[in-house]
Amino acid sequence: MFEYAPAPESRSVVDLKPSYGLFIDGKFVDPTDGGSFKSINPASEEVLAEVAEAGAQDVERAVRAARKAYDKVWGPMPGRDRAKYLYRIARLIQERSRELAVLESLDNGKPIRESRDVDLPLVAAHFFYYAGWADKLPHAGFGANPRPIGVAAQVIPWNFPLLMLAWKIAPALAAGNTVVLKPAETTPLTALLFAEICQQAELPAGVVNILTGAGDTGRALVEHPGVDKVAFTGSTDVGRAIARSVAGTSKKLTLELGGKAANIVFDDAPIDQAVEGIVNGIFFNQGHVCCAGSRLLVQENVADRVLESLKRRMAQLRVGDPLDKNTDVGAINSAAQLERIRELSDAGSAEGAERWSPPCDLPDRGFWFAPTIFTGVTQAHRIAREEIFGPVLSVLTFRTPAEAVEKANNTPYGLSAGIWTDKGSRILWMADRLRAGVVWANTFNKFDPTSPFGGYKESGYGREGGRHGLEGYLNV
Amino acid sequence: MSERVAVRKTYKLFIGGKFPRSESGRSYLVQSSNVSLASRKDARDAVVAARAAVKGWAGATAYNRGQILYRAAEMLEGRREQFVALGIPGDEVDAAVDRWVWYAGWADKLAQVYGGANPVAGPYFNISAPEPTGVVAVVAPERPALLGLVSVIAPAIVTGNTVVVAASATEPLAAVTLAEVLATSDLPGGVVNILTGAITETAPTLAAHMDVNAIDLTGVTDAALATDLEVKAAENLKRVLRPAPADHDWTADPGVAPMTALLETKTVWHPKGV
Amino acid sequence: MTATTTSARSELSELGRSETALRTFLHGLPGVDQVGAEQRAAQLGTRSIKTTAKAQAIDLAIRMVDLTTLEGADTPGKVRALAAKALRPDPADPSCPHVGAVCVYPAMVPYVAEVLRGSGAGSGRPPGGPGQPHGAAPAGLGIVHLASVATAFPSGQAPLEIKLADTRAAVAAGADEIDMVINRGAFLAGRYKEVYDEIVATKEASGDAHLKVILETGELATYDNVRRASWLAMLAGGDFIKTSTGKVPIAATMPVSLVMLEAVRDFREATGRQVGVKPAGGIKTTKDAIKYLVMVNETVGPDWLDPDWFRFGASSLLNDLLMQRTKLTTGTYSGPDYFTLD
Repeated sequence: MFEYAPAPESRSVVDLKPSYGLFIDGKFVDPTDGGSFKSINPASEEVLAEVAEAGAQDVERAVRAARKAYDKVWGPMPGRDRAKYLYRIARLIQERSRELAVLESLDNGKPIRESRDVDLPLVAAHFFYYAGWADKLPHAGFGANPRPIGVAAQVIPWNFPLLMLAWKIAPALAAGNTVVLKPAETTPLTALLFAEICQQAELPAGVVNILTGAGDTGRALVEHPGVDKVAFTGSTDVGRAIARSVAGTSKKLTLELGGKAANIVFDDAPIDQAVEGIVNGIFFNQGHVCCAGSRLLVQENVADRVLESLKRRMAQLRVGDPLDKNTDVGAINSAAQLERIRELSDAGSAEGAERWSPPCDLPDRGFWFAPTIFTGVTQAHRIAREEIFGPVLSVLTFRTPAEAVEKANNTPYGLSAGIWTDKGSRILWMADRLRAGVVWANTFNKFDPTSPFGGYKESGYGREGGRHGLEGYLNV
Repeated sequence: MSERVAVRKTYKLFIGGKFPRSESGRSYLVQSSNVSLASRKDARDAVVAARAAVKGWAGATAYNRGQILYRAAEMLEGRREQFVALGIPGDEVDAAVDRWVWYAGWADKLAQVYGGANPVAGPYFNISAPEPTGVVAVVAPERPALLGLVSVIAPAIVTGNTVVVAASATEPLAAVTLAEVLATSDLPGGVVNILTGAITETAPTLAAHMDVNAIDLTGVTDAALATDLEVKAAENLKRVLRPAPADHDWTADPGVAPMTALLETKTVWHPKGV
Repeated sequence: MTATTTSARSELSELGRSETALRTFLHGLPGVDQVGAEQRAAQLGTRSIKTTAKAQAIDLAIRMVDLTTLEGADTPGKVRALAAKALRPDPADPSCPHVGAVCVYPAMVPYVAEVLRGSGAGSGRPPGGPGQPHGAAPAGLGIVHLASVATAFPSGQAPLEIKLADTRAAVAAGADEIDMVINRGAFLAGRYKEVYDEIVATKEASGDAHLKVILETGELATYDNVRRASWLAMLAGGDFIKTSTGKVPIAATMPVSLVMLEAVRDFREATGRQVGVKPAGGIKTTKDAIKYLVMVNETVGPDWLDPDWFRFGASSLLNDLLMQRTKLTTGTYSGPDYFTLD
């Protein structure tokens, strides 16, 4: 046997402070009326830092700072100068990418290979992309003189903490808005490091404000009357609540919510790449991906063969220490999320689906869940309908392209879909019919700052990325 | 010599290409006519008809949709006097025809303007194209009864959506007459459905309906009702167009926003290789 | 071997009888998506192999090297020196393993055989039919195999009789492994049966010697072709499939080798017969070699992590492996002056 020795990335590159304040008006400050909470490493349950929890008065302060910066500095600033700040930030992210990647893996539990090779390069690319738009907005197709909206309240999830921050902040700033962003309570640390980068870039005070906290902080922020724009990425239930809360206001809303994507494999698929795509589709980032290919729809006449290959491939997945460079699947982000994954998986077993995981030794401490597939799943099973947001794949079969489309679309979600076939015309036929905002054909889970991302139906509305991503931050 | 006794028109609903009375059997007197007073059940029936029409309409070629809309403009022009007889100013009818033609021409252009290739950093073909969101519920403005109505229906359907319209409650005759125009053009049944009656009765049903993809509140003037409808719409995350400001200029160039607000963007990736 | 694979094997063995059957089968294999295959290969290349795992991998890689010289300028003296190095790659360190084989032109085989014979190599293969692994070395006695290229290497553009005579001569001179080239012209023209028949004939001419079939993947141009040629070679009885001659601009690459590994994996699943893989050309550093071993490990598993089933066709790779080996042992980076340049 060829056993890989541990290859840990050094965490000495990260200089964590014992506690962090809120980032308001260009400075780290103590909360006025909030408390504090601890952010832990989900792979070890060790406390990484104590973080301030913003209260209503802190939200007030931050929105006021953002408003002042919008009125006095950022709004009037020529686009080419806004661009230069964004370029600065992009460069600083590249320069500090190793530090950011390690911290992301520590706080989130995702493998360093992903934070290093996927998240951080995309984060920097996103800032570079939107930096270039800042002085070209009249050419973006939204009128000759498109105007920003004002102060944006942005609430982001824990699955891609820094990348979601980039998706929110880069287009907002490029369009001339100022922001108050709340990172998720289990992954606040890279956003705070990003605040330091804003300082380093000498971004004018108040343009970016970071409020750490949990649901109450987020609610206070999106409901604040001084906010002109709300952007949220997270669960459909919270998205619904936000949509209700902005009803009757003039706040512009974009939502990027849950998904239950079908990854459809035809009998003429490039099988080895399809298996990679299935694995990448559901086990990338521990399945903590809203566009995860969590429903495998495989044509019945190749189902056995595909499943056999899939299981063989899954046996190669290395689950464990997120900082080990050879880890493929890291830790589940929190105890609560682990509990949800367990509950839904148990429901899958109870409902009669057949459960399989490769043998794998999970660490004793921290939150872990082995890569799992369920076969014999039907559309009626909870695991085929509800978003699990974990490394759990439900396998269903189909007989004809029309049946594949019908099953794929038979969900309230519509974020993404995958198609695997060597027949070009079938790809286009399928792509036309799939009700999903992103369709990956013969690939999966690909992201790019130029490529709009966002869902149909209950997966939310608005697009992030590309020219389309500007629309949510402009008065059009 | 006795004067000829006129044949009066019954103003009915327009659902699935047919003109039924309200299933409730109710009507109300408005503009000196008895007009069907649509019920919640009528609203639900209209959604079913609209949903059934989505596949064919969204699946039609853009050229075909443009042709059909242009044909409807021809019909509208031909009925000019009929609208004038209803009290619609001639200028407004003309503007309505022109607007309809303007939107008809967008059918096969919007995807080029609003979609496009994305230069991703990798060996991938990547293209974004707009698609209709599906069934759109529309609260039409109370007035201008014809131009306002055309200005909310045409942008919704030209891209492939189907609509259920709650027509102006106070001036519904233009809406029913427009329905007659549409019924005699080549528009497939169910693409446009028109409910007359009380907005407060039909709109909440449409806003709460889980098989409606978007709601256009343009014609809602009561702020509390607008908020209530938006809250209801949140249940299945309908796309929401908020009420138009009271001083909205219906004669101004509407831009593409009325169309793009009711579109989804689908992005398709494919590797490039040999 | 299960009943299913036995029957599948006999069905597959019928394919070679008809051009149509071969074409239908080869074109019915699943396609390979270039971008996906290259990404998978690149991803495997990001594994970080350190300390004990690295030491283990280096020794395994040394044992897998087919130490090769295939030059017009090869002389008896040159190949004798190479053979000596194959037996004792690091004269200063007796714990250093020998390489897998020496690979030369047919005319050079007798000189290499002289050197290796003392080691027990090049003296014929232990009993066991085609498709069986090489025998284990007797205790304390290294076995370095003697591979000869044949069949009008590298172009293969010669009459079949001459190619077969070339093969027989190499075996007669002491080669226990034959590295043949396929007829790429015939393959690209779609004359699969011609390619198949040549491999069958060469296999027969090779007798007990193991047959490595060089696909020259750089000339096949697409991964779909690589997969088809791999299957064609295996169906015709090849014991190994090998990427390249080293004589065209594009030699072994990670993704090409990945596709070939997937082919041998699927072929064993279908027939029960295991076939080896040999990437050749362009693999120059320890880092490269370790990437390949990771790919073998994670694509076909430990069954192939053995010199009987995986080889590197290389020349300069060995010295880099030796340098890295010394570094791991001593903790000091060595230099080329400290390793023999044969």
